[in-house]
Amino acid sequence: MTHHDPGLTRRTALKGVAGLVIGFHLSLPAHGQSGSARPSGTDGVSAPFAPNAFIRIGTDDLVTVLIKHIEFGQGPFTGLATLAAEELDADWAQMRAEHAPSNLALYKNFLLGMQGTGGSSAIANSYDQMRKAGAAARAMLVRAAADRWNVAPSEIVVERGVLRHRATGREGRFGQFAEAAARLPVPDDAPLKEPASFRLIGREGAVKKLDVPEKTNGKAQFAIDNDAPAMLTVVVARPPRFGSKVASFDAAAARSIAGVADVKQLPTGIAVYAKGMWPALKGREALRIAWDDTAAEKRSSEQMIEDYRTLARTPGMTAAARGDVEAALAKAGKIIEAEFVFPYLAHAPMEPLDGFLQWDGQRARARFGCQLQTGDHNMIAAVLGLPLDRVEIETMLAGGSFGRRGQADSHLAAELAQAAKAIGPGHPIKLMWTREDDIRGGYYRPLYLHRLRGAVSGGKIVAWADRVVGQSIVKGTPYESMIIKDGIDPLSVEGASHIPYDIADFRCELHTTETAVPVLSWRSVGLTHSGYAVECFVDELLQAAGKDPVAGRLEMPGKSPRVAGVLRAVAALAGWSGPGPVDKRARGVAVVEAFGTYVAQIAEVSADGSGSPRVHKVWCAVDCGVAVNPDVIRAQMQGGIGFGLGHALFAEITIEAGRALQGNFDTYRSLRIDEMPEIEVAIVPSAEKPTGVGEPGVPPIGPAVANAMAALGLPRPRRLPMVRGTG
Amino acid sequence: MAAVQIKVNGQSHTVDVLPDTPLLWVLRDYLRLTGTKFGCGMAQCGACTVFFDGQPLRSCSMPVSGVGASEITTIEGLAGREADAVKTAWIAHDVPQCGYCQSGQIMSATALLKQIKRPSDRDIDLAMNGNLCRCATYVRIRSAIHDAAKLLEG
Repeated sequence: MTHHDPGLTRRTALKGVAGLVIGFHLSLPAHGQSGSARPSGTDGVSAPFAPNAFIRIGTDDLVTVLIKHIEFGQGPFTGLATLAAEELDADWAQMRAEHAPSNLALYKNFLLGMQGTGGSSAIANSYDQMRKAGAAARAMLVRAAADRWNVAPSEIVVERGVLRHRATGREGRFGQFAEAAARLPVPDDAPLKEPASFRLIGREGAVKKLDVPEKTNGKAQFAIDNDAPAMLTVVVARPPRFGSKVASFDAAAARSIAGVADVKQLPTGIAVYAKGMWPALKGREALRIAWDDTAAEKRSSEQMIEDYRTLARTPGMTAAARGDVEAALAKAGKIIEAEFVFPYLAHAPMEPLDGFLQWDGQRARARFGCQLQTGDHNMIAAVLGLPLDRVEIETMLAGGSFGRRGQADSHLAAELAQAAKAIGPGHPIKLMWTREDDIRGGYYRPLYLHRLRGAVSGGKIVAWADRVVGQSIVKGTPYESMIIKDGIDPLSVEGASHIPYDIADFRCELHTTETAVPVLSWRSVGLTHSGYAVECFVDELLQAAGKDPVAGRLEMPGKSPRVAGVLRAVAALAGWSGPGPVDKRARGVAVVEAFGTYVAQIAEVSADGSGSPRVHKVWCAVDCGVAVNPDVIRAQMQGGIGFGLGHALFAEITIEAGRALQGNFDTYRSLRIDEMPEIEVAIVPSAEKPTGVGEPGVPPIGPAVANAMAALGLPRPRRLPMVRGTG
Repeated sequence: MAAVQIKVNGQSHTVDVLPDTPLLWVLRDYLRLTGTKFGCGMAQCGACTVFFDGQPLRSCSMPVSGVGASEITTIEGLAGREADAVKTAWIAHDVPQCGYCQSGQIMSATALLKQIKRPSDRDIDLAMNGNLCRCATYVRIRSAIHDAAKLLEG
């Protein structure tokens, strides 16, 4: 067996290398980290400085930043290392990043209340914390150099990883002072730079992404690349219908396949253990399983849509209300109505779910693309009956997530531990989901329906009513009591209960539905449907009011000038002069706020002979506060547009008699390179606190395309995907 | 089980596997060449792309018994002027996001530049259309291929 180079984690590079480790005391409880804890800021973003387990500087002069947010392409390795390097005055070439271990006391996400990644929170959450960590490390290095050179610390300057004392001509690199610095107390008041003196934050071309080189030569290590002596690959036969269970099974034929080591029943299905993926798959195919469908979902998604449509005709729970919308609608005379239908969607990250677990009965070590460490850690410990401190999670690079790995019920961690437990200690396992397991396996963006009613009068939108119908992604999870208030899941109505426009008579209601189909957050969460419904409907009302889509939006004084800011910026970037069409191409606009980041997009669209849209170009303006890594922001806007567009155009999970019809990329159609539009991105300059960019690029593209189709004289698509039945 | 001999990255290997084992799983599970990724198992996504006598091939859909004396090249063994130019351009453009599909993208891009010195956008569409990227890094893949072509000219 070959044991692979740990690649990006660089653990080997640090072996035996002494040096400065800022507050890196994993065995101590939180209050023991240092005496320098500061109270949290009142804005919910500022973090206490201590414990600060984020920076290691070796005598080899490498600076390793421990990243508490998982890297799956959205850029936290580079972003958080940038923050620390800025305050350290490090040279970018000496910076490294690795995932932090699972440790709630040290690595809590202050916005989520646990260790985990979600809600586009990495930069927002870590902006102060990582800068303070860098500033403290810098102060300690300066102090160590001052002591050695016998000069005042204030006379030492630090530039690109070099400490200098000009008067005496002495200089040295971080590595030379790492050991001495490690013996000094951690300061709690190291000053932070003024933004004007930033050298890395917000500077074009100042950093290159840390994870890129190993993602171009095959060396980057993902969970699927785990290997260990005597490791067994595990695949699980799960129920074909949502809500079914195993009634009985016969594993004789499976066991007879060369390479199959064992077959066990798990709570989720029947697990086949084999020496490698191929015998595991063949073994699974040879299983004979009788399923108990008593509790199974029997409906089709078409039936659910009919049920939701009926519900949408009845009052729901009030999520937001201002004025008297029924009176305003009655007064206006003409009511404009629209019903929008959104299908179940799979996340389909390129790397299907997978994980590695090694267990000797006393201690367990899991290695996988872990997105919610605290919940997954608790789950593995509970399943194996071990205390938390005997379970270690090593977070690995993940081949995408889009929400799929952020499981409130920790179902992957549970299945991983159950598979290890079923075969007993001493058998390292690698659990693998195939693409079909992934696409048919549920945990979808829920099916949603919005029924909107509105009215215009005197060139203005005077009434707006939205009834939202769909499953809650929180109900039934450990987070239900934390998030659901008075029966309303705010994630079901985000972007619908508060819209960027002031309309005096306004109402948003919610019907929360139940099905046996498990659902989950999906990149940009509630805005995946609300963003579309709201931005299509506002466009339709503005059209009825005879307004230009950009000017009309700008005339409605919203609560945030930043909405207007990105609208103006995108209009300038695109040279907006109305929706057209010009030469058979029309333009549509949409603006959505997601997680405190504002994004406006304009799409230029033509239609083919069958009326299907072809998107040629997209202009995008983003305001995410202080832009830490401009090129990462551009990349996330480009990728978010491609992701949002692919799903709006093509993607749908259809349920028939409780099973998903789609199973792979032949039927669950994904955007390909020839369908990707040209994209221009403008980053609106801002001194506001930085917010995330992983999700906010997604919501505006669908409605921007729909609004362009309306300008082409085609119907504004009210059911997604726009191009159906092509899978 | 059967002993099968294959040549990968210039080295001959004998593996004892079920003869219908796809080349992908031989590379990953037996030869420990894990740069080649599993994405779909049915030649829909291109994450498993390798060279088969210099031509791009979806290794998930080729049984190892069908490889015979053909030479297989994986991302670990990818070398040469075109490959170097592609990797350089990929890094210059910071193309990868999650990175999982990128071995396959780089194999397909290198194959394209070996065939067409100065590919048009249409050539890129045709050559790269079988490689899915769920992060949608396509804008940068396209720019990086154009830049790699320029590097090769220069």
